[in-house]
Amino acid sequence: MSSLWPRIEPLLAGVEKPARYIGMERGSLAPEHRPDAVAWLLVYPDTYEIGLPNQGLQILYEILNERRDAVAERAYAPWVDFEAELRAHDVPLFSVDTHRSARDFDVLAFNLSAELVFTNVLNCLDLAGVPVRAECRAVADLLVIAGGHCAFNPEPMADFVDAFVIGDGEEAAGEVTEVIAAWKRGGHVGGREAVLHDLATVPGVYVPSMYEVEHDGPRVVAITPRYPDVPERVDKRTVADLADWPYPKRQLVPLIEVVHDRLNVEVFRGCTRGCRFCQAGMITRPVRERPLDQARTMIVEGLRRSGYDEVALTSLSSADFSGIDGLVASLVGEQAGCGNVGVSLPSLRVDAFTVGIASEIQKVRRTGLTFAPEGGSWRIRQVINKLITEDDLYAAVEGAYSQGWRRVKLYFLVGLPTEMDEDTLGIAELARNVIAVGKRHTKQASATVSVGGFVPKAHTPFQWFGQNGVEELRRKINMLRDSLRKSSAQVRWHDPEASFAEGIVSRGDRRIGRVIERVWREGGTFQEWSEHFRLDLWLDAMAAEGLDPAWYVTRHRTEDEVLPWDHIAAGLHRDFLWHDWQSALAAHGLPDCRWTPCYDCGVCTDYALEHVVASPVPPAGGSQGTGQDLSRGGSVPVALLPARSAS
Amino acid sequence: MRGDAGFPVRLRFAKQGKVRFISHRDVARAFERAFRIQALPIAFTQGFSPRPKVSFGLALSVGHESDAEYLDVECAEPVDVEALPAALTAALPGGIAVLGAAALADRAPALQEAVSVLEWELEVTTSAGETPAPLAVARLAASALAASTLPVARTRKGRESCEDVRPAVRAVEVRGVGERGVCLWAELSTQPIGVRPGELIAALGGDLVELRARRVAQWIERAGVRLEPLDADPRAAVEARAS
Repeated sequence: MSSLWPRIEPLLAGVEKPARYIGMERGSLAPEHRPDAVAWLLVYPDTYEIGLPNQGLQILYEILNERRDAVAERAYAPWVDFEAELRAHDVPLFSVDTHRSARDFDVLAFNLSAELVFTNVLNCLDLAGVPVRAECRAVADLLVIAGGHCAFNPEPMADFVDAFVIGDGEEAAGEVTEVIAAWKRGGHVGGREAVLHDLATVPGVYVPSMYEVEHDGPRVVAITPRYPDVPERVDKRTVADLADWPYPKRQLVPLIEVVHDRLNVEVFRGCTRGCRFCQAGMITRPVRERPLDQARTMIVEGLRRSGYDEVALTSLSSADFSGIDGLVASLVGEQAGCGNVGVSLPSLRVDAFTVGIASEIQKVRRTGLTFAPEGGSWRIRQVINKLITEDDLYAAVEGAYSQGWRRVKLYFLVGLPTEMDEDTLGIAELARNVIAVGKRHTKQASATVSVGGFVPKAHTPFQWFGQNGVEELRRKINMLRDSLRKSSAQVRWHDPEASFAEGIVSRGDRRIGRVIERVWREGGTFQEWSEHFRLDLWLDAMAAEGLDPAWYVTRHRTEDEVLPWDHIAAGLHRDFLWHDWQSALAAHGLPDCRWTPCYDCGVCTDYALEHVVASPVPPAGGSQGTGQDLSRGGSVPVALLPARSAS
Repeated sequence: MRGDAGFPVRLRFAKQGKVRFISHRDVARAFERAFRIQALPIAFTQGFSPRPKVSFGLALSVGHESDAEYLDVECAEPVDVEALPAALTAALPGGIAVLGAAALADRAPALQEAVSVLEWELEVTTSAGETPAPLAVARLAASALAASTLPVARTRKGRESCEDVRPAVRAVEVRGVGERGVCLWAELSTQPIGVRPGELIAALGGDLVELRARRVAQWIERAGVRLEPLDADPRAAVEARAS
């Protein structure tokens, strides 16, 4: 159980950013491992700079270390240069907290936030000395657990992960600990099968080896439990009230620069705007807002103990926080700590009111603002249920340029359902108009247009949609670039080949596990990184497994088809999703249900949950489709919009 | 940056252990956070993006340790200088310890220009990782000091050049055998030409590589007298002279 540091230290001399591997963050812990405590190694399967700020991992780190029956440490995927050193010197994956070998832990728990990190999970298992395939593991091997948004379609990782936790982990982590602790105390009686069987009975836990998958040709026809006490359907876990979980209490302050390098305070979880492409919005319902006082305390305390001079109010759409006015007013009125504290809203709503809030809180460093209209025409925005009018957008950018911002960034998706070239060219039109608005205020006005290829995700209304292929996405991106060639808009785009590989996995079934393993064996790690991504590895692996990429990626699914994640429930009724998919095809929008009558998506009713709001009145500025005047703000009586028909 | 009726303070700190792998910039950010944690009344620059008025001495390379790093920070009002080392050390990452603090005279010369000599403790091995013979290393040190020139290869803006660092090497001698290599002590100038520990070791020849480097002292030389930077420009002395 000794520290590997003496063996690690000499390897750091020649590697890039050696401080990735030293730990020592403010807030980090050096827990004492005890025989009666389950030792968790929480692994983020990407670089330290990407993984360190992850809030889910930090929340579990604190919750587990507060328990008497658990200890938790952290690890991140070593970059390729350091991995080579570790392998050359036979040093295993280790924790950054106390530099213990991964082999000294009971559980390796992975955060799955994106499909293209899956090969890194295999690499970390291998570096930890764990057989990558679950079926090859012995009693003495670690238990491999995974959670995060990508666990909502667990099948592509079913061969490698012993148990998935679906949904919020705050409560489930404790229950899983208790099962493993009992197994440990009992001397591992019954072997892995026994503990996995017990884990499969914990609500929200999916143990793939407890289920049989039946195929008919390429199709999955049934996924059924092997034991009567294993649930047919695994329902996600949801913490009913965020007020019970004021975590992280001691956010880690890294020594080197990382992404989102600031205090992050989650003001609410869940989103009911109902954007149909957005998996995060669909799987995290209902909305649970943090009480205003608690959010304020977490911000003030967090700034004081971290020394950060910036705080981000995080959520999927922070301007929709019903207590946003009061929170911003109290933060701006306060001198929290010494120096100027910046407040940021990472996801801005597209309306003038939101820009007003942004201008109130970003007194300094006013460089760029980001908006995400996502679609280039009103028609396509109704299809995806992003109900932003052109006037909303122009009012927002008018507000931004007139209040001193010089650059706006616009996010769009291409490859959306029903998309026609006029929708794509609409993006160029919007960008040109945005710049024209800006030029009225400043000669330096510019706009960046970021374009991503749409990848359909499980548990969304678009889960039945056949994704655009590489050539089609490329054609659309090129059309957009040509159209904006003479403008001062800068176009940035995501590699369509990476979107294709993501598409193989995002709606993949259990057979995709073999593909992931082949890509990993061929050296395909860090596939999220453009310098390491290689589509040929994925296509070769598909061919070697006799699988047709088009069948997985570009094929439309039918209503009666069994989807590989049908036995995993995010609470959304399949009927609701299918109906919403049909509404999308008819270009009908759907309002935010927080402030309008319930349309019974299934989550609140099935799980006996309710939206938890910080304030009894809707957020100033309103939310989409609720008929409020977005330009003025304030609480306007809520009314449903008259249904708009597709033009 | 000094003056303007502020209260400049000079700090000496150590950087030891694992934390030696963070960069100079990371150390600067850690200090800025520590100042905020302890609510030190730091003076800020004017303008669109105000920055704290902090200036660091000579940069320390990633991986090198030090017992003697310095920075100057300007406070907007007088602070309890005696209490600073303990307060800041508590707010800094482990391995960074503030060892001393002194109120600084207004317009004291900046550290980067004022410091002219550095003392280093180095540990060297052979390129195969073996401990070299101490006597052999001592002979290499002696012949380096006896040489009239010590050429080292440098790459500047992508161009290879050869520079003579002999004037920068004031002393180098063997001090014993360490855990894994031979320990050297060296005294190196910073101006008009400086020399890095790795360059010195390469210039000694004999297949030696740097295992560890620790800066143990920095000196300001004035009129033939060596001054510890904390003592070089005390605030009280200037005030006494003015009265």
